[in-house]
Amino acid sequence: MPPLAGLTVLFGAPALPLDEAGKYVAGAYIVFAVLLVVYVAIMAFKLQRMERELSELASFAETRNDGDR
Amino acid sequence: MTPSRTAFAAILGKDLRTELRTLQSLPAMALFAVTTFVIFRFGLDRTSLAGSLASGVLWATLLFAAVLGINRLFIAEREEGGFDAIRLAPIDRSTLFAAKAAALVVYLAALELVTVPIFALFFLDTAAGLLPLLAVLLLADLGLAATGTLISSMAVNSRARDLLVPLVLLPLVVPMMIAATGATEPLLAAGGPGYDRFGSWLLVLGLYDLVFGLLGYAVFDFLLED
Amino acid sequence: MYGKGLRPLSIATAAMLAVSLALVFFYAPLDADQGFVQKIFYIHVPLSIVALVGFVVGGVFAIAHLRSGNSRWDAYSYVSIHMSVIFGAAVLITGAIWAKASWGHWWVWDEPTLVSFLIVFLMYATYYPFRYAIEDRDRQARYASVFAITAGAFVPLNFAAVRMAQSLVHPRTFGTANGGLPGEMMFVFLVCLATVALLWVTLVKFELTAKSASGQIKRLRRALDAPDSRAGSRIAPEVG
Repeated sequence: MPPLAGLTVLFGAPALPLDEAGKYVAGAYIVFAVLLVVYVAIMAFKLQRMERELSELASFAETRNDGDR
Repeated sequence: MTPSRTAFAAILGKDLRTELRTLQSLPAMALFAVTTFVIFRFGLDRTSLAGSLASGVLWATLLFAAVLGINRLFIAEREEGGFDAIRLAPIDRSTLFAAKAAALVVYLAALELVTVPIFALFFLDTAAGLLPLLAVLLLADLGLAATGTLISSMAVNSRARDLLVPLVLLPLVVPMMIAATGATEPLLAAGGPGYDRFGSWLLVLGLYDLVFGLLGYAVFDFLLED
Repeated sequence: MYGKGLRPLSIATAAMLAVSLALVFFYAPLDADQGFVQKIFYIHVPLSIVALVGFVVGGVFAIAHLRSGNSRWDAYSYVSIHMSVIFGAAVLITGAIWAKASWGHWWVWDEPTLVSFLIVFLMYATYYPFRYAIEDRDRQARYASVFAITAGAFVPLNFAAVRMAQSLVHPRTFGTANGGLPGEMMFVFLVCLATVALLWVTLVKFELTAKSASGQIKRLRRALDAPDSRAGSRIAPEVG
């Protein structure tokens, strides 16, 4: 009883029914997940750009080597 | 006098004399403040203010008027090579910070000397709260001077010069504004000045002044490197 | 090399995330008063603590930058602050959701921690336009370090001031006073805190590795005398 009584003092708000509450909790965790995935997507774009630049540099170096030969 | 103190006095003196002669910032700041009071009179549709409304109107106006002056604080240094002069001089570079902050305190005090009585005239029923208000104003001026000088010295060397000071300075002075308005609200209460947590708020202001004064003094050297 | 250790770090983070979620939804007891809604606490509070610590860490890196003059500290400082701003956005959104579920409003001015956090977030959001406004790279890095140190000092002052401003008539809080938490909840909370902290470190390392890779490509480009690609970011410091 005492630990929960402590909580009652701290969290002074009425409990929502489980189905309603579930939506909010899900919403919060979904926001977290979405932000994480968006971050990964942005990094994926950067990776794509890096791949493109590297392949450009590789062809540049190859043509230069061919030219020297 | 040590070189630093001579330099401090010299820079402070030059600034104050220039402002006195050219009057480029102070009249504008004061005029802006008084006009803002008029706008508030109509915006809030009130002819008399007390408590939190009075405190809010006064401090918001003072803050925005201060930003006008802070924006212009280092203009002379930038245009006339004052930064180079300080770099070459064999003195502690933070002297420039101290001198400029001191000048800003003087400007702010002058601004308040003019605008607070006008505020009282426009909106207050009693001037009883004004004397203890002086303590709050002084401590807030010190905090605004420290942070304002710091941000202004960085903004003056940047592109969006006029935008940078309001943008970065305003969030930075929020804790100070909370304390200043917190102390002022009971002072301007309708029934007469109250001193609800007055000491605590002054303490917060003092702490803020100390932290940012020391910080500004400590990092200013790095701002002047070329 | 920044990528070293990134793989074990990310595996550990993923594992911890799974463990934390399991603990939150299958082990942690239901709060008597707030009910299921209280579960948001386990993601919202760790995010906020880690974000704030991240801002302070950004300030510490900034001090190292000013003292050493080595630009890699500026990169660390920038990425720390950048990551904490992103986490901060998550804090505000999850906080709003919790406020709506608890009190029916998407935003409440009564909750001092949330308000303080908003102000801190606004402060650090100005970091980007501030950096952008200073053209010279060296100067930009130095000024940004001054900003990071100033803002770092501002954080505790801000929390203290906002808390003081709370009307003493409103005692209701989210109760981040952990002293009131029963054992099982405290345990789950600590695991979640460790997970979010680990996530922050992993993402910072991830970001630094990506920046380093870009930096190496630039270096290769210069070594090959290849034509320069379009200019990179004006504010994100280069690594490597």
